[in-house]
Amino acid sequence: MSTLVIAEHDNNSLKVSTLNAVAAAQVMGGEIDILVAGANCGAVATAAAAVPGIGKVLVADNAVYEHQLAENVSLLIAEVAAGYDNILAPATPNCKNFLPRVAALLDVAQISDITSVESADTFQRPIYAGNVIATVQSSDAKKVITVRTTAFDGVAAEGGSAVIEALDAVHDAGTSSFVGEEVVVSERPELTAASVVISGGRGMQNGENFKLLDGIADKLGAAIGASRAAVDAGFVPNDMQVGQTGKIVAPDLYIAVGISGAIQHLAGMKDSKVIVAINKDEDAPIFQVADYGLVADLFDALPELEAQL
Amino acid sequence: MKVLVAVKRVVDYNVKVRAKADGTDVDLNNVKMSINPFCEIAVEEAVRLKEAGIATEVIAVSVGNKSCQEQIRTALALGADRGIQVETEGAVEPLVVAKLLKAVVDKEQPQLVILGKQSIDGDNNQTGQMLGALANMGQGTFASKIIVEGDKVNVIREIDGGLQTVSLNLPAIVTSDLRLNEPRYASLPNIMKAKKKPLDVYTPDDLGVAVTSHITQIKVEAPAERKAGIKVKDVEELVDKLKNEAKIIS
Repeated sequence: MSTLVIAEHDNNSLKVSTLNAVAAAQVMGGEIDILVAGANCGAVATAAAAVPGIGKVLVADNAVYEHQLAENVSLLIAEVAAGYDNILAPATPNCKNFLPRVAALLDVAQISDITSVESADTFQRPIYAGNVIATVQSSDAKKVITVRTTAFDGVAAEGGSAVIEALDAVHDAGTSSFVGEEVVVSERPELTAASVVISGGRGMQNGENFKLLDGIADKLGAAIGASRAAVDAGFVPNDMQVGQTGKIVAPDLYIAVGISGAIQHLAGMKDSKVIVAINKDEDAPIFQVADYGLVADLFDALPELEAQL
Repeated sequence: MKVLVAVKRVVDYNVKVRAKADGTDVDLNNVKMSINPFCEIAVEEAVRLKEAGIATEVIAVSVGNKSCQEQIRTALALGADRGIQVETEGAVEPLVVAKLLKAVVDKEQPQLVILGKQSIDGDNNQTGQMLGALANMGQGTFASKIIVEGDKVNVIREIDGGLQTVSLNLPAIVTSDLRLNEPRYASLPNIMKAKKKPLDVYTPDDLGVAVTSHITQIKVEAPAERKAGIKVKDVEELVDKLKNEAKIIS
């Protein structure tokens, strides 16, 4: 059996979510190669080759793949897929964008967001916002799968020495082009990779009050997240959303501030190791999953917490 | 231009779904069903394009058994002009839904197809992208803004850390994210009017699509329960517990 893992990267660095996908591939067994599709992405290929247990790193380095446009990258992956039994990618926004296209081009199903590999063709995945775990079996000869990164501990990033092989294939579907990007550069860790996450909900009352989380985040080296209610209310941008339709996180410590604990938020954080909830409503459902609950007005508790850390 | 918008009938987002005792499937008896929230956003966007004079006709399509006509009527009440139901029984996998939609696209020749980015039952996040591949169209997934200009559409997309803008040749596929718009409530007169709007029904056979199954659901079960912990009386106790009991901060 052979598996191709699609690298998540930004042309400069290999993202750790790739290491989670490799971990899932290892559970499936067999040989594992990594595909890097990008432009001027040599550094990513070098990093991928250092991952232990990888046979080959295939690199498609061309301007048409620079922004990993789904239309172009999916054509490339579908072509390379001919030589593999499984195509795996981390369930990141980027890979979720192009991988279903690959599955459709190959005329197979995609199995999204697996949390466990039961056997070569059987997997577990959460459905209904994680209220139910489904065990599903694929009858496709070739399996296209996205991996929930929090469910698999990433493999080591160093120690391997895979062969790097350049691919010449240039696929330009000609249906889309990149116009621009506005990415907020933050000093803080990424939400999905942070060991501590502090999130605010509707109880924060407005976007300005999210600054109350800054000091605590600085002291704990935490990423800052938000509930869907806070995003819906326009307090903060959508990429901060933790939940069913936002980011799935599982840090060592998750602090929920002014978050009631709607089903769809819990879906995004309930696998955190330690959960702290601060809410003035003692009946808030968030307390049912919190290891430590503090019933308090967040406007009193946050400055106090910052001072005591 | 013609806009096709896909809608799915799903369990209402307020319902906490449970697995059946025998673990064969989720228990959907007597559960409130609604239009998938992301599909509702897709319908709203299509209707706004019509109100802005960009779209000339909005067609709402759903794949499912007869009861999904309710959700098509909801879309019609929100402002879609006519409906199409593709009659299927039981669960239909995203790949098959995408093939059925592709057949509808071939029939209707819309310039823009808007879908929800994911449905809140299967949480697959696949159908729009698959339709894009099958129809060989460009896609703007996880859209927070759509700007139609001539024979192109610019889509502002939610990505990790911010926003990305892509330009797509029409016809194109867009999947809606949460912030694309805030859907309106259907007014009573519009709900009444929706009942009279045309709704065509096709079978997969009519569309020349075979309903295949690639995935078998072996069992469903409740996730491992997380036990509630303790309540602390103040911030001081909280910090103490985190340092000395959980040993998670120093």
